[in-house]
Amino acid sequence: MASKSGGFSVRGLREWLEAPVAEGGNAGRTPLDALRGAAARITTPLLPDDYLHLVNPLWSARELRGRIVEVRKETADSATLVIKPGWGFDFKFAPGQYIGIGVLVEGRWHWRSYSLTCPPDWTGDATNKGRRLISIAVKAMPEGFLSSHIVSGVPEGTIVRLAAPQGGFVLPDPAPSKVLFLTAGSGITPVMAMLRTMDRRDAVPDVLHVHSARTPDDVMFGDELRELHDRRPGFTAHLHLTGENGKFALADLDTVCPDWRERETWACGPLPMLDEIEKHWAAAGIGDRLHVERFEIERNATAEGGTVTFAKAGRTAEVDGATTLLQAGESAGVQMPFGCRMGICQTCVVTVTGGHVRDLRNGKEHRAGDKIQTCISAAAGDCTLEV
Amino acid sequence: MAITDIKTFAHLSASDIEALGQELDTIRRDVEHSLGERDARYIRRTIAAQRILEAAGRATLFASKKRWAWLTGTALLSVAKIIENMELGHNVSHGQWDWMNDPEIHSTTWEWDMTGSSAQWKAAHNYSHHMYTNILDMDDDLGFGILRMTRDEEWKPINLVQPAANLVLAALFEWGIALHDLAATKEQMGVPQSQLFPPRHILTEPNKAFWRKAGKQVAKDFVIYPALTGPAWKSTLKANATANLVRNLWAYAVIFCGHFPDGAEKFTEEQFENETQGEWYLRQMLGSANFDAGPAMAFMSGNLSYQIEHHLFPDLPSNRYAEVSVKVRELCDKYDLPYTTGSLGKQYLLAFRTIHKLALPDQWLKRTSDDAPETSSERKFAGISLPAWNGGEWLAEHNASEWLAEHNASEWLAEHQPTWGLDPVTGERRGLRSALQEAKVALKEKAEHEKQVLREAKAALREKALTEKALLTEKANRKGWFSRTLRRNL
Repeated sequence: MASKSGGFSVRGLREWLEAPVAEGGNAGRTPLDALRGAAARITTPLLPDDYLHLVNPLWSARELRGRIVEVRKETADSATLVIKPGWGFDFKFAPGQYIGIGVLVEGRWHWRSYSLTCPPDWTGDATNKGRRLISIAVKAMPEGFLSSHIVSGVPEGTIVRLAAPQGGFVLPDPAPSKVLFLTAGSGITPVMAMLRTMDRRDAVPDVLHVHSARTPDDVMFGDELRELHDRRPGFTAHLHLTGENGKFALADLDTVCPDWRERETWACGPLPMLDEIEKHWAAAGIGDRLHVERFEIERNATAEGGTVTFAKAGRTAEVDGATTLLQAGESAGVQMPFGCRMGICQTCVVTVTGGHVRDLRNGKEHRAGDKIQTCISAAAGDCTLEV
Repeated sequence: MAITDIKTFAHLSASDIEALGQELDTIRRDVEHSLGERDARYIRRTIAAQRILEAAGRATLFASKKRWAWLTGTALLSVAKIIENMELGHNVSHGQWDWMNDPEIHSTTWEWDMTGSSAQWKAAHNYSHHMYTNILDMDDDLGFGILRMTRDEEWKPINLVQPAANLVLAALFEWGIALHDLAATKEQMGVPQSQLFPPRHILTEPNKAFWRKAGKQVAKDFVIYPALTGPAWKSTLKANATANLVRNLWAYAVIFCGHFPDGAEKFTEEQFENETQGEWYLRQMLGSANFDAGPAMAFMSGNLSYQIEHHLFPDLPSNRYAEVSVKVRELCDKYDLPYTTGSLGKQYLLAFRTIHKLALPDQWLKRTSDDAPETSSERKFAGISLPAWNGGEWLAEHNASEWLAEHNASEWLAEHQPTWGLDPVTGERRGLRSALQEAKVALKEKAEHEKQVLREAKAALREKALTEKALLTEKANRKGWFSRTLRRNL
């Protein structure tokens, strides 16, 4: 399109060329956008990517895709996935963010969110050196259908779908001079990305990491933490084994980390732990120094379930009180808006147009007219959603 | 006047229809529970095959100055467009593959290779047509507002050009559909139809969406691709136009064979009021028609050769319609319901006949909208398998008119016509299929009888004429004798 003055501008031409891919694609920009846009005019209503990804599944920025290049066991029930993203993936994410990943199982795509464990602009290690990659770590949950599938059986070479990195649980650049990480279980994953980033930048300030796990065998990234502890004078790893010593008591912080009040703190782990930490920090009057990531939803079994009607899609689903409305919609084949799937990003917000819905985190009831997050809400009796 | 009470028409009781609905629900659930990798692979492969065919066709047309290349390229492109339109665009937009959760093969994101936009098509088709199937004045797909496809609609002089309009619609089917969908979208959105004044009525959002999409489609097939092939631009242009024409004719034929052969019944708004789920199913079964197709033809029709199954379960994956049809036929046998099907040629000729017949005003047509081939009503069975409720003797005799005013006819049927419905001894059911058979026989007999009466009347007339003639001759002879005698005596 010509510029406003009526003249002709290179930028205007470029925008005109890129227009079809901008409106058709979900991913970020790629260096080839002008070319793809020009080609889109002959492949309309498709994008050239729709043809190209028949040749190579990664040649598409219409949907972000990736190929699993390595599955590395971390512990008995967790694994790191190294993924080579396709076109349009933004490698300049902030350490601590998570991505959405879609895995095909029996003809259906299942979506989950996992924290990235690699630093931004990572170029791989060992066997994958020199390639632009990302990694996530997944811990198999006892009733987690997809996490179990990923940890126990996803083969290398599998094509996955990706959603762009997001989330506000991030390490600033430069990092603060005094840092405390409080993690438990798979809550270590976003912190791993932060530690690796500081290590890669050669800028590891005074960092104390208190990590809880049941036994030494359950510690994800144990060797790496030990190695980092030995190599970086500023980094101290404090491992707390709950199998022997029980839950880490926050009162012990004063001995483990006497200056915790002065530190910028990032905490990630099970909900009760985070609630406790929040209270503790608030009581000390330093709530603003604390960053928490709630990646696990505590499910109250108080919602009684019912028939959920998805008004626009014209579909219904029978659900129990522990199934989220997002899961209910997706299992009924409704294209639900979604983001983090953990109640923090607000992408999945829709309006309740009938009945009652209960927030699984706090048991609060919502009624018709309320906008709710489908990923953390369940039906409290029959309800209708405007989606 | 079309079907106003589907229970009576079908010779089924409310509980029968309820049971039928539950059996259909079971068929649906069974398919839904068994969906998996095999189905996902089917649609992914179909998409890949379609893209490869299209790319191959477009590539071949670069050499389209050579005759073989033109023919091959046009054929490839035609097939690619047909698959894209029928098996992909239509079915994906129906949400048949939404269960996969694949954002690229989903009804909310799919855009098809047609002049009309998928969004507008979905508004007109998935909602209006599939919800209000064959209900007069509610389903705009009944003749698409251009053709008079049932004598329930009033004849207008414009209908005289229907045979020509039909040809134009067939050749430009995608444009017909696109404009039809645009109008339906505007109506649903409450946007006024386009008028030159005030100009804002032209620049409405639906209009803009329409021209954006149509513009891209026209530019691609009629400007950019011909230009790309350079010196072969003229032959490429012809090839693209031909491929679009072939696709249009085929899509038109499939749609017309699915909705307008004899036996695809029409309904009134009275039927739609308080319609149960079971009755909705039944309306879809009686309102649609199949055509016989092997796997290849079924695939090329987007499995719409199974139009009945598609209308029962519009969002079940199309690759399952063949197995569903076996079960639906079993249900038709069980409930003695007709399953309207026939060869493609036969089904089209029936639709073709209706188009031409209904171009004529009603007084030139023999049958009424109660017993015509393209539309009928429960009155068709009056005095045959149902009471003659037009003041017939039967009614008076059985004092049924009062009863009928309070109850519905199917209950009456159960009570007073024990030969219909389920036979308690044999377990066999006599229903609509048998009733249609009897009505056909009765109509034939009636026609035969009328013919006989006519013949007799004619014979009587002829005889009368002969007698009169003989009389006259005799008279003339007598007159002759008289005059002769007179002359002689003069």
